[in-house]
Amino acid sequence: MDYHWNWGVFLQMSPDGAHTYLGTLIIGTGWTLATALSAWCLALAMGSLVGVMRTTPHPWLVRLGNAYVELFRNIPLLVQMFLWYFVLPELLPTALGDWLKQLPDASFYTAVVALGFYTSARIAEQVRAGISSLARGQRMAALALGLTLPQAYGYVLLPMAYRIILPPLTSEFLNIIKNSAVALTIGLMELTARARAMQEFTFQVFEAFTAATVIYIAINIVVTFGMRWVERRTAVPGFIGAAPAASTH
Amino acid sequence: MFANFDFDVIIRSLPYLFYDGMTFTLMLTALATAGGIIFGTLLAMMRLSGVAPISLVAAGYVNLMRSVPLVLVIFWFYFLVPFIGQWLTGAARPIEVGAFASSLVTFTLFEAAYFAEIMRAGIQSIPRGQVAAAQALGMTYLQTMGYIVLPQAFRNMVPVLLTQTIILFQDTSLVYVLSITDFLGAASKVAQRDGRLVEMYLFAAAVYFVISFAASLLVRRLQRRIAVIR
Amino acid sequence: MITLSKVSKWYQSFQVLRQCSTEVAKGEVVVVCGPSGSGKSTLIKCVNGLEPFQEGTITVAGISLNDPKTDLPKLRARIGMVFQHFELFPHLTVMRNLELAQIKVLGRGKEESAERGLRLLERVGLREQARKYPGELSGGQQQRVAIARALAMDPIAMLFDEPTSALDPEMINEVLDVMVALAKEGMTMMVVTHEMGFARRVAHRVVFMDKGEIVEDAPTAEFFGKPRSDRAQVFLSKILQH
Repeated sequence: MDYHWNWGVFLQMSPDGAHTYLGTLIIGTGWTLATALSAWCLALAMGSLVGVMRTTPHPWLVRLGNAYVELFRNIPLLVQMFLWYFVLPELLPTALGDWLKQLPDASFYTAVVALGFYTSARIAEQVRAGISSLARGQRMAALALGLTLPQAYGYVLLPMAYRIILPPLTSEFLNIIKNSAVALTIGLMELTARARAMQEFTFQVFEAFTAATVIYIAINIVVTFGMRWVERRTAVPGFIGAAPAASTH
Repeated sequence: MFANFDFDVIIRSLPYLFYDGMTFTLMLTALATAGGIIFGTLLAMMRLSGVAPISLVAAGYVNLMRSVPLVLVIFWFYFLVPFIGQWLTGAARPIEVGAFASSLVTFTLFEAAYFAEIMRAGIQSIPRGQVAAAQALGMTYLQTMGYIVLPQAFRNMVPVLLTQTIILFQDTSLVYVLSITDFLGAASKVAQRDGRLVEMYLFAAAVYFVISFAASLLVRRLQRRIAVIR
Repeated sequence: MITLSKVSKWYQSFQVLRQCSTEVAKGEVVVVCGPSGSGKSTLIKCVNGLEPFQEGTITVAGISLNDPKTDLPKLRARIGMVFQHFELFPHLTVMRNLELAQIKVLGRGKEESAERGLRLLERVGLREQARKYPGELSGGQQQRVAIARALAMDPIAMLFDEPTSALDPEMINEVLDVMVALAKEGMTMMVVTHEMGFARRVAHRVVFMDKGEIVEDAPTAEFFGKPRSDRAQVFLSKILQH
């Protein structure tokens, strides 16, 4: 093989003069996590709202929620990012549009918004499925006690629904971390962008991308174990869930 | 706001967008789906084989592919495939592979990990009694898999496999990072050349939406019909 | 034909079979009965190697199941098995269910397999259902097809694992009639069942199992007339009340 390995490249200074290449990768990881976490908050908030909307007895709320989900699910994430970043400033009144274009860290805010709305549609689907899987009697029992619909959702339906959908939510959280890499196309210098930059400056392709891969795997492992801990802490005693107990035959 | 909307740029570039861009996107989607399902089924069988080393290798591969962003995998294979080609053919220097070949390898190998999980669930959903009945008739492991388990598993997983294909279709837009001319790439090139970002990106979004939405409606229709036959 | 000698089996640390020994001679019909969890289904699944066992020996027509060199698929092709839940292949028509193993395991031609399949369907009274899918048949019909599917392999012996337990009462007799006819033709059969009427009609011997051991193994008349063990007596009194 013609490739010259040089693992020491991580300790070389990067062109910005202030950090080693390893340092830039770590900064990039910071941006990845910041983007993912911020987008996650937006996604969870919007997704829960829309998911709940789709399970209410009001048909026009349901249709609105469905339209929301279909819109964000059928357009690729990259295209959505371009729409927020390139198209939105043009469609707004000139002053507002110009302000957006000059915002420092514009790519960060855009990435958070784009990723947030994209993921919210997927979370909406899971919240809807989680609420629907609860026995219909739960909602009726809550209302029969005199709780209003919002109270029924807040005290009875959502607490159980969230526990049920913890596993798919974990997957969505891991997805949002991976999807943050798409933002490199609008200039966000997150982890993958930093690895690419390192590759372009040093030509040490495989070292750069191996480092990024290892970091993503590490994040994955930490998140997976973290969510399992959350699952254990919030488990309801005696609630077996969807899977029936294994037979002892 | 829409006063300056230039429909003309869209109409003028339609041939380029669809003959050059969309055909690339559709071909990549179709071939990567076929390759991904074949390789994914193989991975699922390896995982369920009960032979520890084979099972671990398959599990390791699937978990690795599912832990990293597709963008990173695209970069990886863009640089790796020429070296692999050199190693496979014993050439003197890394082989020049075209953009299409490189992205085909990337998407097939990446999506195979997702198809593998789908097929694994499908295979595991076939009742053990079916395997016992096939074995009782004297069928070998491969015969049991080929005639009894896999045909049923595929039928069960068709809606999920099709949904994953729609996701693949959308994922292909990421070849943008290599400046490849898929549908989005074509729209982007026209947008930058003619300074018409708004029109081109809105049009691209609309096209992706229509295709994906229509496909997902067909899958839902199919799901209802399969449920009836059961 | 079938010999089991001191067969013991454990699932992890739980022992499901304890030193089971019995024999089924050529042309004999042996019924295996006992309470739930007695191990009777497990025992019969050991005979064609679907379940492994840790101690003891089992031989079928001289072929030992302990010998690592034994070609299990080949052996299984010669022993027919009928399952409690029928286990027809739902994605194949009735005809295809009958032909598949003949073609792929025995290497018979398509025409020969089809002809044999139809003859067997005729024998179990289901010739008109040849082109249907299992999902379109009743439980009793499916089980009769399953018996035909096993017979299509020209087995030297037939194993039945609670063949009527999953059937609605009105369909039990149509399946038992097929099994009685088979027994009268001289087929070697080992049948796990609760249907004592069937045992009295055609079984030569009855084996009673409880908690993994063979408690009683006697000719039919003796078993029903003067069971030697208390456990067998208790079991019979419960089951014969219906």
